[in-house]
Amino acid sequence: MLGRFLTILSISLGLMLTVSPAYSATPKEPMWPILKEIHFDDKDIRENADDLIALDTPKRAEDAAIVPITIKLLQPQTADKYVKNIHLIIDNNPDPYSANFHLTPEIRDVEIATRIRVDQYTDLRVIAEMNDGSMHMVSKFVKASGGCSAPAGKDAEAALARLGKIQIRMRQPTIGEPVQTQVIVSHPNYSGLQYDQKSRRYIDAHYVKNIGITYNDKTLFSVDTGISVSEDPSIRFTFTPAESGVLKAKVIDSEAMEFSADKQI
Amino acid sequence: MKCFLLITLLGFTAVACAVSDTNYPLQKVVDGIYYHQGVHEDASAENIGAIANVGFVIGKKCVAVIDSGGSFREGELLKQALRDITDLPVCYVINTHVHPDHILGNAAFADENPAYVGHEKLPAALASREKHYARNFAESLGDAYAGTEFIAADTLVSQGQPLTLDLGGRQLLLRAYTTAHTDHDLTVLDKQTQTLWTGDLLFRERIPAIDGSINGWIATLKQLQTQSYQAIIPGHGPAAIGEDADWDKLLNYLTTIRQQIRTVINDLGTLQQATATVGLSERPNWELFDAYHRRNVTAAFVELEWE
Repeated sequence: MLGRFLTILSISLGLMLTVSPAYSATPKEPMWPILKEIHFDDKDIRENADDLIALDTPKRAEDAAIVPITIKLLQPQTADKYVKNIHLIIDNNPDPYSANFHLTPEIRDVEIATRIRVDQYTDLRVIAEMNDGSMHMVSKFVKASGGCSAPAGKDAEAALARLGKIQIRMRQPTIGEPVQTQVIVSHPNYSGLQYDQKSRRYIDAHYVKNIGITYNDKTLFSVDTGISVSEDPSIRFTFTPAESGVLKAKVIDSEAMEFSADKQI
Repeated sequence: MKCFLLITLLGFTAVACAVSDTNYPLQKVVDGIYYHQGVHEDASAENIGAIANVGFVIGKKCVAVIDSGGSFREGELLKQALRDITDLPVCYVINTHVHPDHILGNAAFADENPAYVGHEKLPAALASREKHYARNFAESLGDAYAGTEFIAADTLVSQGQPLTLDLGGRQLLLRAYTTAHTDHDLTVLDKQTQTLWTGDLLFRERIPAIDGSINGWIATLKQLQTQSYQAIIPGHGPAAIGEDADWDKLLNYLTTIRQQIRTVINDLGTLQQATATVGLSERPNWELFDAYHRRNVTAAFVELEWE
């Protein structure tokens, strides 16, 4: 037991060391076995779960700091059987554990899209954790590099001026019909790997930690996010309003700043 | 010089020499203004990163280099070519913006102790990118990269406050812009001949790359377009000497993709839909379209989402 603990501890320290501002080359050893041990306690994970999860990524990203991905669950969420967490792992990123979407059966058909940073050629994994504790995974290889250390914002001043602004965008919704919705948060999502000339040091990590979406105060889903999520985090999802009400997005960042927006439906 | 000796002593053909790395032709734009035209390729060991237009302006007292090349090696070749024309010292190395094809040759001129000149936001842009550049270009440029150093501007030009540099009987007017191609674009005007070096505010033939703001760039181009110049040296593509510089072609590309991206955004379309559908009619108009177009759409999309 102690031996195992020490193994994990040394692996964790090793990982922490790789989260240094200096560039570390693509690891020769695959990261997944270590990540699996750290984040999933080495539990059984069924691979190639293409019957449950569809993961869409570009094979080669146009811009490594803005890589669009879409995760779709192929089985409906029911009260008896549902995916409660979707873990997003980007093996070769400085902080591989990139997001955890907490789901409920409130949304029956889950399709979620976001944008991520990819720092080196990497496997990208989506692990669906069911309410019975079983885990199922799909993965894809993505070619992109430099996404985490890429300079923040092409126009840093404009970005700062709208920090915390949230847009909730959707077509005209109809009660009882699925409506595609996008929540975008204006936030630099500093990764801690970006350099600032004025202060002559790395800009402190400052990123969105959680985005929660509720409808009439009932949680549709929430997501814990890290530095692998792109600047101006965007979450796109589909939900079906059963009655008129208020869709609310609440955002908390790593400096405990809170932002929110809502939309009457 | 070595090259010349080789030819005379061994009697080899001049071609054997020209394909070696001394093949670095300059073109004369007007009296005292020369540039080397970059190739429309990605930077590589084979092209030593010489993909942008770089050159110089010769005054009576000294010379201003305008963009230094895409590698230390290109910087050296530019300096050799300059020394074939004049013995005057290089007093300024002006960088129009941070991109590596314009700035990686800076160190080749360090022994002349020039002032390095750029937009007030250039040092920050360089500091935040140099690690990134070092790792990518050390690899892709191979031997041509050896000797490359990142030298930031020490003489800065502020937005709204143009700076005049005197080369002896010849004045250059340097203007710093608000965010357009990048957030730190600089143009250089030779007052005497009304020759404008645009940096990458103007691309001809080669597809533009958006690294600043599509809205800002369009606005800046509309301003620049109204001025008249004797000659224009773009960041990429041939100089326009007494001919149309194709401002409209670049403007048309940017306004076309902006309009189509706005349509996708207003219809709640995704980034993937935009990159798959926007601006494809522009493909025949540009070199390297497939390599950069979708990245432009991506950059413009995330900007226009916040209009």
